[in-house]
This record gives sequence, C-alpha cells and structure tokens, in this order.
Amino acid sequence: MTVKINGTEETIDDGLSISGLLKKKDVDMPDMVSVELNGEILDRELFDSTVVKQGDDIEFLYFMGGGQK
Amino acid sequence: MKIKRELVKAMIEHSEELNPVESCGYLAGKDNELLKFYPMTNIDNSPEHFSFDPKEQFKVMKEARNDGLRLMSVYHSHPESPARLSEEDLRLLNDPSMVYIIVSLLEKKPDVKGYKVSKQGDDITVERVDLETV
Repeated sequence: MTVKINGTEETIDDGLSISGLLKKKDVDMPDMVSVELNGEILDRELFDSTVVKQGDDIEFLYFMGGGQK
Repeated sequence: MKIKRELVKAMIEHSEELNPVESCGYLAGKDNELLKFYPMTNIDNSPEHFSFDPKEQFKVMKEARNDGLRLMSVYHSHPESPARLSEEDLRLLNDPSMVYIIVSLLEKKPDVKGYKVSKQGDDITVERVDLETV
C-alpha cells in the first residue's frame, strides 16, 4: 500500500504498525521520536497498536533537547 | 559543512537576545550547505536546558520542505559553558543525521562549533564538523 512518509510517497507492507514502520526507517530509539499521523501528534504509547493504513500521511522526527550542564 | 555568514550572525544574536536562557533552532539547507535559520521556542525556558516543541518541529520541518530544503542542523546555546556537547546533550541528541551546533557565550567573543553524534548501544561517537562560513 502507498503512504506518505515525511512528504514522500512510499510503498510499504500491509499491517505494519507505527513501531514497525520506524524500525523499517532505521530508527533505533523510537522513544526519542515524535510521530504525526494525518496531522495529529500520536501518543507514543500508541506506536505499537496503531496500524498504518493506505493513504496515511506520516511525519516523524527526533525529540530535540539538551543542556549545558 | 558550509554555512552562510548571516546564519552564524543570526544564531549568535538569537543566543545573546535570550541569554541567560538557552536558545535553540533548526538550520536547513541542501548539498552540504546551510541556507536558512529557524529560531525555535525553548519550551523549558531554562538557563541550563532546552527542549523543542514537537508541534513547532513538525511545522518547521514542513516549512523547510516547502522551501525546497531539509533540516540538517540543530543549534543551541551554552550561556555559561564551552562550545562542546555536554553529557545531557549526548544523552538527548539522538538524530544521527543532524549536525549539532553549539553557540557558547562563555567568553566575550561567542564560540561556534559543530558536531555529529552517532550511537551504537552504549557507545557514543562524537565527531567535530568544520563549519565553513561562506
């Protein structure tokens, strides 16, 4: 099926969860990633249970933080 | 990595404007050259810590994409420490594709340095990235 990932149309396997998709995209630390699904930020606790559907628009990026100490 | 001179100036001005609070932002570009600066909100509003707002991150990522650019670098200031990655930075900066720029206000003349961070399990590798102003 076809979905849009970070602005680019891609073909992925059916039945893939958001967690599975992040793994496919070589994200080693999904706990440090924010996901937007069809314009809404997805709660991290739902990454495993949310299955990607045909036509979904998925954006993901890493949380950014740090500090001088 | 090349960076437009005015972007370095903009980062330093942003750091000085928000000092003593840590400032932060994204830089976008293409072909190994940084071309645009996006100041970001430090939602921690702290002199010792910064965090991006995820909603603002997604907004800026799309804005950069619409400009034909991609996010390539994250900058933040160290108001009172050198331009090196702190333990907290190394713990929280996890995107291996980004060049992390630190603007240090420790000395009278601000210091700007770039780094890449890669992690494999507990092993963290830090690499200096030369920033060539153009």
